[in-house]
Amino acid sequence: MELGNLASLQAFYPELLLTAATLVIVLIDLLTSDKSWLGEVALISTSGALLLIGVGPLDGGAWLFRRMLVYDSFSIFFRALIALAALVAVWMSIGSQEVRRCEQGEYYSILLASALGMLLMTESANLLMAYLSLEFVSLTSYVLTGILRHNRRSQEAALKYLIYGGVASGTMIYGMSWIFGMAGSLDFMAINRALFATSHIPVLAVFIALVLILSGLGYKVASVPFHMWAPDVYEGAPIPITTFLAVGSKAAGFALMTRFFYPAISHLGPDGNWQPLNQVAWPQLLLVVCIITMTLGNLAALQQQNMKRMLAYSSIAQAGYALMGFVLLSNDGLIAMLVYLFAYYVMDAGAFLVVMIVANLTGSEDISAYRGLAWRRGGALLAISLTIFLLSLTGIPATIGFIGKFYVFAAAIRERFYILAVIGILNSVVSLYYYMRPVKAMFLEQPVDSVSAVTVEYWNYGLMGVLALATIFLGLYPPPIISFASNSLRFFISSS
Amino acid sequence: MAGLTLNHFLVLGLILFLLGGYCVLARRNAIGILLGIELILNAANINYVAFSFYGGQAAKYDGQVFAIFVIMLAAAEAVIGLAIVLAIYQNLRTIDVSATESLSG
Repeated sequence: MELGNLASLQAFYPELLLTAATLVIVLIDLLTSDKSWLGEVALISTSGALLLIGVGPLDGGAWLFRRMLVYDSFSIFFRALIALAALVAVWMSIGSQEVRRCEQGEYYSILLASALGMLLMTESANLLMAYLSLEFVSLTSYVLTGILRHNRRSQEAALKYLIYGGVASGTMIYGMSWIFGMAGSLDFMAINRALFATSHIPVLAVFIALVLILSGLGYKVASVPFHMWAPDVYEGAPIPITTFLAVGSKAAGFALMTRFFYPAISHLGPDGNWQPLNQVAWPQLLLVVCIITMTLGNLAALQQQNMKRMLAYSSIAQAGYALMGFVLLSNDGLIAMLVYLFAYYVMDAGAFLVVMIVANLTGSEDISAYRGLAWRRGGALLAISLTIFLLSLTGIPATIGFIGKFYVFAAAIRERFYILAVIGILNSVVSLYYYMRPVKAMFLEQPVDSVSAVTVEYWNYGLMGVLALATIFLGLYPPPIISFASNSLRFFISSS
Repeated sequence: MAGLTLNHFLVLGLILFLLGGYCVLARRNAIGILLGIELILNAANINYVAFSFYGGQAAKYDGQVFAIFVIMLAAAEAVIGLAIVLAIYQNLRTIDVSATESLSG
């Protein structure tokens, strides 16, 4: 089904709502002097967008806006994930002391605009749309990273992000121009038809073009060798933005990457396995990228003293695990990737939330600030929650992280990628060491400050409780998320 | 356009792309790096317009439209880039990227 411009709007309500909310926040910011409730407006809009995604009108999917966007169950999964990430980011922003010091109107309108760009990324079905939405997300993220104007680290992080991002997306569109030249179209399905039509495609040229395109997409998911910005940006940005980039931006990157590498330049076989273009070795290349990404992320995290930086390297490693599902060229692998990304959302958002609460209390993000946290008055709940999130990131059973890792490794073994699975498991063992360092500091070391009590606002406690319970509950009873992911893996690729 | 073929434009695009990449890697000045990024974007633009011109009827306007969008986004990126560079200058009194080293490890 191909919908015209007006008919497409019925599948486009979440994006329309976010657009309206962005403009409304800018207007309120201009008109009123009390800006303290702008965060609540943003919170209501993101919840509204999430609800609207949930009540999507169409079955089976459709092309929207003359084949610029595609609406299918795959995009619904990622739109829901991104709306959840935006919801958590806005919720955290309201409870964050860093954010209270910056311009509220600018901050929330740009945050919602960034979420809008991520939603568009998950739906793009055209190289132009893919580039525009990716750049939309990048430009808004640069501003959000540098939003603390008088903080030197925040500015440095924004500059590094801008430079890496500009080069990566420039390289990506240069690669896209070669694909456009060879296929004669920007439309994903037309590219697919053109590349599979002949058996004499210029293999080397296609491969180089794909490598160039991978630079832009790899930069969004922070995979090696385009990961260099991640630790600096995650450390310098305000923590709610770090969370949003780590969870939302990464999910959007995976969505676009999957849509480009799977339906656009591969064919789905009857047995659920995908056939890549003949002799174009992108799966092999990505296999190497995946192994290096998780190993490098875990090894670099071992020696970090700053929690945000450690979680940044850990999120590089987590992207490596999700890539394991991506390189298997099978529907099972992709379902495992979706499950993993959802699990990653819950546990990583939780870990960053605790880091934010501790930074609110102590003003420090170093692991030394966590010493004896469990034994301070009122600190036990915080310490237990952080332990749950870190155990989940390691992949200990009875947490959602275990379910994610189990599905990814199981899919790898089913596709006979034994060495990949072994490397993944060894990596999990290595990661246990650095994930347990804050836990050891919290439970086994003497408190720095045993007198004053730990006070946490109910606002932050509420979200922390929800995320911690979700980590445990979905770890013990995973069917809801498994069935959501496996129902979501249907790309809308009718060519008519 | 006698004598000019698609290949001439593609080679021009490639040269611009490589020069842009060199500029990004070699420059220490933040503005110089932003200029290098602009060169990379323009290399892509030349490719799009050339492929569009020589590519036949099916994609007659696609490439040109893409190039216009890239020009627009390059402007947006320059605006944000210069704003960030200005903020860096106010904080550090320099726009040399090797001076930005408080984040490392």
